[in-house]
Amino acid sequence: MRNFSGRALFLDRSDINTDEIIPAKYLTGFAKEELKPHLLEDLQMEEFNPQLDVQGSSVIISRSNFGCGSSREHAPWALEVNGIYLVIAKSFARIFRQNMFNCGMMAVELDPRTIDHVFSVFSGPGTRIVTDLTQNIFKIAGNDQTAEIPFTISSFDRALVAAGGWVEYADAKY
Amino acid sequence: MGKTIAEKIFDAHCVDNPSDDVYVLKLDVVLCHEITTPIAINDLISRGKDRIFDTTKIKAVIDHVSPAKDSDTAMQGKILREWARRHHIEDFFDIGRNGVCHALFPEKGFARPGFTIIMGDSHTCTHGAFGAFAAGVGTTDLEVGILKGVCAFQYPKTIKINITGNLAEGVYAKDVILSIISRLGVNGATNKVMEFTGPVVEKMSMASRMTLCNMAIEAGGTSGICHPDMTTVEYLWKFIQDDFSTRDDALNAYRQFTSDPDAAYDTVIDHDVSRLEPQVTFGFKPDQVKPVKEMSKIKVDQVYIGSCTNGRLEDLWVAAEVLKGEKISDSVRGIVSPATSDVYKQAMEEGILKIFSDAGFCITNPTCGACLGMSNGVLAEGEVCASTTNRNFYGRMGKGGTVHLMSPATAAASAITGHITNSKLYKG
Repeated sequence: MRNFSGRALFLDRSDINTDEIIPAKYLTGFAKEELKPHLLEDLQMEEFNPQLDVQGSSVIISRSNFGCGSSREHAPWALEVNGIYLVIAKSFARIFRQNMFNCGMMAVELDPRTIDHVFSVFSGPGTRIVTDLTQNIFKIAGNDQTAEIPFTISSFDRALVAAGGWVEYADAKY
Repeated sequence: MGKTIAEKIFDAHCVDNPSDDVYVLKLDVVLCHEITTPIAINDLISRGKDRIFDTTKIKAVIDHVSPAKDSDTAMQGKILREWARRHHIEDFFDIGRNGVCHALFPEKGFARPGFTIIMGDSHTCTHGAFGAFAAGVGTTDLEVGILKGVCAFQYPKTIKINITGNLAEGVYAKDVILSIISRLGVNGATNKVMEFTGPVVEKMSMASRMTLCNMAIEAGGTSGICHPDMTTVEYLWKFIQDDFSTRDDALNAYRQFTSDPDAAYDTVIDHDVSRLEPQVTFGFKPDQVKPVKEMSKIKVDQVYIGSCTNGRLEDLWVAAEVLKGEKISDSVRGIVSPATSDVYKQAMEEGILKIFSDAGFCITNPTCGACLGMSNGVLAEGEVCASTTNRNFYGRMGKGGTVHLMSPATAAASAITGHITNSKLYKG
């Protein structure tokens, strides 16, 4: 199983789409590693610099409808090759969310009030998250504050994460 | 309690229920194109599982970058082509016989009422126009679909969108779906099926129903879906005439895939289109929609007519009606891409392509290229495109470019004037 802990990157906008996560012009390659320098390249946000901000981040925290648009699994792959295996958001587009778990990664929804709280208290470059998958708790620390935030994932999603993704799970079962 | 179409399809295809509301469905068709499939093929090979669950249920096309624009896209085509040959996939459509997947595969009769369909492409929801459950998926879901013929989905909640009233002349399915997305928002239908029903849909052609269902994903919807009726049967008749003795028999068989009157919907929306004007997007999200007349100051550099949303013959007819005897503005580059080889041929035979050419349009082969900024009409930084496609995301058709989504009629009229313009077909 992967490590779902590390430094958090806060993306304070809703509807971040998969064209912004990885533009279509990079969909012609064959190695996931080629996607690495282009993650979030077309995301236009104040005080966001993809080259500087992505490096060293392990978790993305965002608002609603993260990963909308194209079905491209290159979006989770671009996260994966940058060492980002966990996205926490208010809500996800269906295909993106499924693609994350299908790759053995996690896309976890938190209720709106909790997400608002996390942004208002912890937003900043020094915040770290430790994911405890046995107790279903995110331990978050930053800006001289700490919090323990419970989360839920379904038994099916958990099985996909444990199996390392949907191909292994489905091939063993069907 | 009655059931919705989507629920009936789920019940008829469920092979496992691994947790809560997750259903693993048996697939009737797995559609493939050269952008998302080659990586699945390579992964299957690397796992020692280069197999296919049923070659008759796999349909493949090279459409996104066709002809190939460089060595990488040539290799993507090559991997898909060789895989199709190796596995004796009969329904493989290469350049010259190809088309934009969501226009081509329905044209070949592969979308049927009651089917489960997946593809590694978000606009797979288009095929729901035939009363199918059709969903876009990622490469891993596609890979498992190819290998095992199954895919997992949440049991469907359905939004019923009852489209009522009378569409004004010069107002089209594209205007209707833009108005619906504007009403629901870009995640208003996330994890839900959008069932389009009501008198306006009943009067629509299959092409118009496909335009509606095509953009379900732009509201976050898993699949669009329409009730199969005699229009569906007529469209499919040449493919199904050996299976049924009469059209009525076919319709009766397909009626099992209509929603029961007492079906439980997540939401029911009445959407009256009697006063609907031609619509156009502003900004960078498909739910940012205004009447065309409020956007008439916007100048355009390029007009693109094509795509899985609006590249069918019916769309080209409408655009040609606007363009007939006219010249496009000197400041505009006009590009038309008939969505499939058959659409191209018919448009040529009917003289439609000549109208486009006489007006000053460039006619390209069928391909998805421009819509997602890959080839055949990429925008430069700061340019504006009036487009019949489905996504106006920032940079979608080229880094730094702006896209305004609209109907073929509005796009054609905008090409003539050089700014966003209502067509002469709209009398409002």
